[in-house]
Amino acid sequence: MTTTLTPVLTATWGADQSWSLDTYTKAGGYAPLKKALGMAPGDLIQAVKDSGLRGRGGAGFPTGMKWGFLPPDDGKPRYLVVNADESEPGTCKDIPTMLQAPHALVEGVAITSFAIGCNHAFIYIRGEVAHVHRRMQQAVREAYEAGHLGKNIHGSGFDLDVTVHSGAGAYICGEETALLDSLEGRRGQPRLKPPFPAVAGLYARPTVVNNVESVASVPSIIGNGVEWFTAMGTERSKGMGIFSLSGHVKRPGQYEAPLGITLRELLELAGGIREGHELKFWTPGGSSTPMFTAEQLDTPLDYEAVGAAGSMLGTRALQIFDETTCVVRAVTRWTEFYKHESCGKCTPCREGTFWLTQILKRIEGGRGTEADIQQLLDTCDSILGRSFCALGDGATSSINSSIKLFREEYEAHVTQGGCPFDHAASALFEYSDTPATEEAHA
Amino acid sequence: MTYDETTLAQLTEDAAAIIARYPVKRSALLPMLHLVQSVDGYVSPDGIQFCADQVELTAAEVSAVATFYTQYKRRPNGEYQVGVCTNTLCAVMGGDRIWDELSEHVGVGHDETTEDGKITLERLECNAACDNAPVMMVNWEFFDNQTPESAKQVVDDLIAGKDVAPTRGPAKVCSFKQVSRVLAGFDDGRANEDQGAGEAALAGLEAAKGQGWTEGAK
Amino acid sequence: MTATADKPATEAVETVTLTIDGTEVTVPKGTLIIRAAEQIGIEIPRFCDHPALKPAGACRQCLVDVASPGPDGNLRAFPKPQPSCAMTVTPGMVVNTQHTSEEADRAQKSVMELLLINHPLDCPVCDKGGECPLQNQAMSHGRPETRFVDVKRVFEKPLPLSSEILLDRERCVLCQRCTRFSKEIAGDAFIDLQNRGAQQQIGTFDEDVLDFDGYRPVGAATVDEAGKAFSSYYSGNTVQICPVGALTSAAYRFRSRPFDLVSSPAISEHDSSGSAIRIDHRRGQVLRRLADNDPVVNEDWISDKDRFAFAWQNLSDRITRPLVRKDGELVEASWPEALAAAAAGIKAATAADAEGAARGAAVLVGGRVTLEDAYAYQKLARVVLGTNDVDARARAVSDEEQAFLGSQVAGTGLGVTFGELEKAPTVLLVGFEAEDEGGVVFLRLRKSLGRQQVVAVAPYLSRGAQKLGASLVEAVPGREASALADLPEGVRDAISQPGAVIVLGERVAEAAGAFVAALDLASSTGARLAWIPRRAGERGAVEAGALPGLLPGGRAATAKGAREAVAKAWGVDALPTAKGRDTNAIIEEAAEGGIGALIVGGVSASDLTGDVATALERTGFVVSLEVRRSEIAEAADVVLPVAPPSEKSGTFVNWEGRLRSFATAIRTDAMSDHRVLDLLAREWGVELGTATVEAVNAELAALGAAADAERPAGPKARAAGKARTKKGTAVLATWHQLVDEGALQEGEPYLAGTGRVAVARMSQATADAIGATASVAVSTDAGSIELPVVVTDMADGVVWVPAKSPGSWVARDLRATAGAVVSVKGAA
Repeated sequence: MTTTLTPVLTATWGADQSWSLDTYTKAGGYAPLKKALGMAPGDLIQAVKDSGLRGRGGAGFPTGMKWGFLPPDDGKPRYLVVNADESEPGTCKDIPTMLQAPHALVEGVAITSFAIGCNHAFIYIRGEVAHVHRRMQQAVREAYEAGHLGKNIHGSGFDLDVTVHSGAGAYICGEETALLDSLEGRRGQPRLKPPFPAVAGLYARPTVVNNVESVASVPSIIGNGVEWFTAMGTERSKGMGIFSLSGHVKRPGQYEAPLGITLRELLELAGGIREGHELKFWTPGGSSTPMFTAEQLDTPLDYEAVGAAGSMLGTRALQIFDETTCVVRAVTRWTEFYKHESCGKCTPCREGTFWLTQILKRIEGGRGTEADIQQLLDTCDSILGRSFCALGDGATSSINSSIKLFREEYEAHVTQGGCPFDHAASALFEYSDTPATEEAHA
Repeated sequence: MTYDETTLAQLTEDAAAIIARYPVKRSALLPMLHLVQSVDGYVSPDGIQFCADQVELTAAEVSAVATFYTQYKRRPNGEYQVGVCTNTLCAVMGGDRIWDELSEHVGVGHDETTEDGKITLERLECNAACDNAPVMMVNWEFFDNQTPESAKQVVDDLIAGKDVAPTRGPAKVCSFKQVSRVLAGFDDGRANEDQGAGEAALAGLEAAKGQGWTEGAK
Repeated sequence: MTATADKPATEAVETVTLTIDGTEVTVPKGTLIIRAAEQIGIEIPRFCDHPALKPAGACRQCLVDVASPGPDGNLRAFPKPQPSCAMTVTPGMVVNTQHTSEEADRAQKSVMELLLINHPLDCPVCDKGGECPLQNQAMSHGRPETRFVDVKRVFEKPLPLSSEILLDRERCVLCQRCTRFSKEIAGDAFIDLQNRGAQQQIGTFDEDVLDFDGYRPVGAATVDEAGKAFSSYYSGNTVQICPVGALTSAAYRFRSRPFDLVSSPAISEHDSSGSAIRIDHRRGQVLRRLADNDPVVNEDWISDKDRFAFAWQNLSDRITRPLVRKDGELVEASWPEALAAAAAGIKAATAADAEGAARGAAVLVGGRVTLEDAYAYQKLARVVLGTNDVDARARAVSDEEQAFLGSQVAGTGLGVTFGELEKAPTVLLVGFEAEDEGGVVFLRLRKSLGRQQVVAVAPYLSRGAQKLGASLVEAVPGREASALADLPEGVRDAISQPGAVIVLGERVAEAAGAFVAALDLASSTGARLAWIPRRAGERGAVEAGALPGLLPGGRAATAKGAREAVAKAWGVDALPTAKGRDTNAIIEEAAEGGIGALIVGGVSASDLTGDVATALERTGFVVSLEVRRSEIAEAADVVLPVAPPSEKSGTFVNWEGRLRSFATAIRTDAMSDHRVLDLLAREWGVELGTATVEAVNAELAALGAAADAERPAGPKARAAGKARTKKGTAVLATWHQLVDEGALQEGEPYLAGTGRVAVARMSQATADAIGATASVAVSTDAGSIELPVVVTDMADGVVWVPAKSPGSWVARDLRATAGAVVSVKGAA
């Protein structure tokens, strides 16, 4: 039985002026907000708990449970912060959401804030997407004008202010405590936990940090009901999610489907791997998740099955690579990414990614040794579980999994003194004669 | 401080508007650095001192923040920040080749600016447009599905002073200073300009419609 | 005189029991694992952890295996090793360190290996070699060989963060102890992390280092505060806590290896806190000074002045042999000859003339001496010279202050302590700038930032006061009394809370009626008073009676009963009855030719407002007890060399009233002042009894504290005249900046380079009125000082200049003290 796609968040993306308040309202938008304002906040939290919605930003933590961790109201502020820093390589679902349906996020913010008792919410958007900022800023303005935000929203007595905030280029700011530090006007370096943000987050006040997609899913849950949501997905991974397909597929893009759909099913809908090629390796949840091969084509893409298969569902960033792709090249470039983005706070990630990058560059360039391959694994061992935050751990995923699955490819670079692949073959356009490239970043 | 009176007055007014958005002053620092970039074209030492005075920090604390994030430029930036994503997926799909050809064509390397001050090239990390790889960004507007030829054409047009439209975003690319002001949180009235959602963003929706699946939307 | 011990903590403390490496240990709740381990002798390697700093958990060196009981009571192991510096113990926790857990051992070795891959092989030339936690821990917890064959990241080195502090970025392990200390403890965020990832480094905002484009001109007043220089009074502490050789001091760089050094505990001679220091010396030469841990006084910190200003003790002008003036020139002489000449000269100069008139002798002790020295000076004055003209205060003084000190401070033992200052709900600072004049007092106050209300009665809110979050009660210098009498109600209420403290600095002596007002305030609110002078010897001098109106133990020199008691203890018939002159009166009298003989201790002529040159010239005979050939020594008839602090033992009494004893660090044949005076007294056939520290302390103990009846009466109010300022004049405000051109900081250019730039502060209105845009000339009849102007939010008609900074020596050049009316004129 094939899983059907379930356009919910993406449903209006093709509409005319899809981002406008008008379009969103005509499609039924802000009715859930009015419904929510008539419910008790505690009931809203319970509904989200019952829905089984899990954080869509990668960690998959039950959203309702996170809301429930806030301590009782002490009369002082508490905050909702939306993590719109989407930067995990392969992930490209939140950006189009905010471009095409920013009001889904605004409405989600309003309902969530009401549920947790927050009167000032923040949307932290990475800075490298100018039009997203324009659209979100406008959506917030429109919402204020329509009375969905501001004082005494729809006569409920609930006040809410929303601030749209720009990051400035740092992947680490997608980590929730680093995001909070960045939002406070500091370097984006993660914080010690405990205390957890629910207890002491933004400005040391109780804070909920949620991903864009998580928050944007809330209106549909409240509007359509918990059963509607739980009808989709698998036993412990409920609901729908946006799957981002990219790479060597015929029709890359955003495919909204119930959790549990398989890559084989998605590939079929996306037209399959590009003509004349076959799947070599892919990431289920972005570069920080161990890679899969054709062996996992039928693995249900939910948290449990992917975990059992040795990886993580992460952000459902399905980067698809066919047999023209050099794994060593791919892993080297990911590792350079982690090194560039390492915040520098902890020794294992800062020094470890520095070391790993040099070894990989040598191997890729044909100057590596057999011992280097083992050193890669040893250095990953020094980082995994030792670093301050998950960035360090994420840096090891592609190296560990690729050596496990494609060790002979690494060895080929060593014995052949260079890369046996033709880079032009993996490109989506044609060209010939491939010059060598320098390391991306200092 | 070497800002002239008018500039300083405007900066101060804008800074106050930014600070007003937050319960705690210091939160204004990141948008304020974008504001400084919108005036100076980069984060200048004057700008650092201005921000320090506004949010009551030392210059060292402000530069600690300014040097942490890649979007803050330390040298006068080109009018157009042209970034080619060379993270794995885009690189493999051809981004590496686009970078090499573009860099040679323009004559500068990573984080370097052309003599005429028009173009600064940058090798970007993932800009969250992977379904449209290979990706190029110009002043943080999307240029999806690039080839070396299309990339060079875009840059040539920019240098020639032509209006250049992104593949997703506003009607045309604006200047580095102008887009910095948007990031500082100021409206430039262009939110409704549109180039379409792009094929990739609608791929799933199209596939669903093709199969007659609308259940999820209830 | 006794010092009472601090009261021990008597409240019950909640404890937690856990197991570390198989050993059970019970510790107070909230203890970090790494601290608990230390208590049973288990040392977990670490870099970013420091007991006085909040946990960072950044270096990851201290990883250990932790398991704690779950809700069902079964032990649940954490899936990955945890940083022991960032985790507090919980009941039943089981911790396995590198000793008992292979995983922990592997994790620690991994982190150590990673730390070393970018670390330069600088050990042979690095100051830290031999006392380096990285070296030590690499040996005990690291691999024997590296597997890194690639290219290390390099930085240009060293980088001067200030003239004193140098940074070798390559050596830095980014533990952030320095930035955390600077921000958390000192409040000086002049250094911070810069850049990101492997390029991360410590730094100030330096355009060149961080590759920013554009030179920005820096104004005179911003150099000290713009964050360009690591201009913190406490920057030296970062050198001490840096676990590698990344931060070094210019004064010590490349000078020595720690295994060549002998370490002697000592007490800093630079302020009245009596901070515990460690003197490291080699073959009789002091090479550096470090902070010693003293949880009760200075905790782990000292000021840069405490740390770096010791060259003065042995400059080229150090005197080691007595000097006697012969034919107008000072020539070296033997001790017997010099002592005899001194006595003969004094006797001749104070002998009655043909008409039977005689000029008296006077003693200027100086504020640098120990308790024992001060005792000997005042005993010599009274027993040998028959005079009460003895004063240890080389600054502005008043009878009101003396009455206050005698009735409220002398012989009262331990008063307000550092700990009580820290816990006080409110602290009112009067005539006291905590950073400039208090050193570690400032750090202790800052510890309570956010939990304590600080109010400064001052002409403006100084940077130090701002860092304490203080509010300002604006007071024109000299008018502090009325400010105290008219405090805003909120401030009065705050001072009325139990535990509140009023701090009085030595500048209160410059404000008529302020001591009386402070006493009134204290009695009406219940607040306690703490007198915090600037110099190390001030409190000791008060205890020893080295003031004209005081005898040892707080006895009034004017009280017959007190005189008799002391005379009896000293075995003499009677003590002099004539009212003693204070420092200023002594100088004045001497300048008029009214003093026959002057005995002068460690006093800088430039600290006094009187006409010292004339005073010395017209005095019959001058004997100087000095370490160096100072201005006064050069003008003396006999110079007797005395030992600098490193070469003697003795006791400083700190402002708390706590005895701070120190033993001789470097043995030379230099003698303390009290020993020299003992020898001098013998020339009169008097056994002064001050040959040794023990002898003096025995006498002081025997004398004990004065009974209430023997004490001087409390201070009487004197009216503070309103300073009349007309056009072109202003009221002078001034105090010493911590790092300035004080005599004890001479010979140390690296420290001097970190001093704040001398500027004149005035309000916008005041500056406009005199047309001062760039600089101002401040003058009196005696002279003029010209400084760049910095417009400051402060009272109109007041001008503040530093007391002894480059280009601004107030006492010497203006002959004025705070509260005086001076001329001000804009100069371009």
